[in-house]
Amino acid sequence: MAETPKAMLRRWLQEKAAPEAAAWAIPALDALAASRAERDLHIFLGMAPRRLGRGALALSAAEIAASDAARPGWAPARWSLDGAARVLALLTFRAADRGPGAFADTFRDLRRTADAAELIALYRGFPLYPEPETLEPEAGEALRSNLTPVFEAIAHHNPYPRDHFAEHRWNHMILKAVFVGSALAPIQGLRARANPELARMLADYARERWAAGRAVAADLWIPVLPFRDDPAVAAVLARAVATGELTQEALT
Amino acid sequence: MMLIDPHAHMISRTTDDYQAMAAAGVVAVIEPAFWVGQPRTYVGTYVDYLSSIVGWERFRAGQFGIRHYCTVGLNSKEANNEELAEGVMEWLPRFALKEGVVAIGEIGYDEQTPLEDRYFRQQLALAKELGLPVMVHTPHRDKKRGTSRSMDVCAEMGVDPSMVVIDHNNEETVAETLQRGYWAGFSIYPSTKMGAARMVEILKTYGGERIIVDSACDWGISDCLGVARTARLALETGVAEDVVRKACYGNALAAYGQSGQMPEDDWLNPSPIDQSTLFAGNSVLRGGREPVIQTGAPTLAARSDVGSDAGSDAGPGQTAGD
Repeated sequence: MAETPKAMLRRWLQEKAAPEAAAWAIPALDALAASRAERDLHIFLGMAPRRLGRGALALSAAEIAASDAARPGWAPARWSLDGAARVLALLTFRAADRGPGAFADTFRDLRRTADAAELIALYRGFPLYPEPETLEPEAGEALRSNLTPVFEAIAHHNPYPRDHFAEHRWNHMILKAVFVGSALAPIQGLRARANPELARMLADYARERWAAGRAVAADLWIPVLPFRDDPAVAAVLARAVATGELTQEALT
Repeated sequence: MMLIDPHAHMISRTTDDYQAMAAAGVVAVIEPAFWVGQPRTYVGTYVDYLSSIVGWERFRAGQFGIRHYCTVGLNSKEANNEELAEGVMEWLPRFALKEGVVAIGEIGYDEQTPLEDRYFRQQLALAKELGLPVMVHTPHRDKKRGTSRSMDVCAEMGVDPSMVVIDHNNEETVAETLQRGYWAGFSIYPSTKMGAARMVEILKTYGGERIIVDSACDWGISDCLGVARTARLALETGVAEDVVRKACYGNALAAYGQSGQMPEDDWLNPSPIDQSTLFAGNSVLRGGREPVIQTGAPTLAARSDVGSDAGSDAGPGQTAGD
């Protein structure tokens, strides 16, 4: 049987943490698996960066490929070691006797008091969580965050939006990314989930930018181009070619 | 000279203040949990406040090249609302282990009531259990007695003086605070606490050992440049540079660094992980202004270009909050 993401995280932790840090983390996770007390989870999450440091998980190309094979789209290349341990703690706590909706309840409770680094780690874990559809409103919370890296923990290198967002949530995520200067390229499903309404929203946004005398980010056109046959979209694309922000070749 | 303002309620301050502090050499601030000028009447609003100072405010400061730390605690004024106080005490252990929490504080006395005393003691016990330093707010009224009593209670609770900063000292309290082995904080808060000129006289009298200068800037008439102005005045009037550096930087680092949450490397040599998270993005910088930050440390220049892995090609003018 192929290795699960959870087993993979545990093995990475064991292999990549300093020996004394791993000697704390692995038994602490075993204790967490047997515990029913939320407080034990809080303490593990608080201790993780103290014990493990805040360095990169530093995966090899082969390990990154294995993660994508274990869960399509899971891309932990930028994860930190303590962040990985935190996600593993969530996957471990009450894994055997969690009732329906319990994971989302725990997540919501943790999110309410999480610090910035915790939020980033916990949201990056979204591809791995059970009952993913129950977490959709929590992903919405991350997208509303004013902390750009929290927004990007869901939006970037994460298959969750592609797999679970309805069109409205998806479109507003893309538009906010453009608005706050966050890159579109790391968004999974950017082309596959392009849609006419999003193309219209982005075309309107481009017009606003031009009216204010500002340029438009180059990657904005990626989800717009498939709808170049719409006359309103075509007009905006033509203008982008005229301003030099888009090449004629991109339109063909 | 690099400066630390170890008592600043930045949640009440503007982005202009952050820019001015960074330009004046402030590399790190500590935001003590306190009351916000208006009493909270729900535990939930207090919890959200604590979440703000471990999350959003920390991120906001990072956008200006300033490292933000905080202390968590139930303040003396709101300790008098027993229902609120009991609720907050239940939540405090969850916040005490958050990243960047360098102490339990600011705690202590306001009117020196029995409820204030109860929660002061409970929080000293929590700090001791977690190995965290303590920031003690000494009362505005009946100050000398309240300050002595605060130290008496720390001693009764078995908290080591080297783990306690007694804040808001003045000429009347400083001798006892230092003599008993505590760190002595001074808030350059012109109307009710200290002024820069008086502070310089204290530095001339007592030297720099265990003395910590802060601004305590908040929502009242206060000066976010209190530490910088004091440092400058002290240097101009002949106080030794070493004394100024201790009082306006080194002692705060030594006292609160005991938490393990405030290494000097955070600002001297920030990790790549931090540069892609806490120092990232620029959603606060409205209207496309590039931050102008001169701190003497080149690593602290604004990094509007880090954070998005693929980089942002938006450039100036693209940034806005909501």
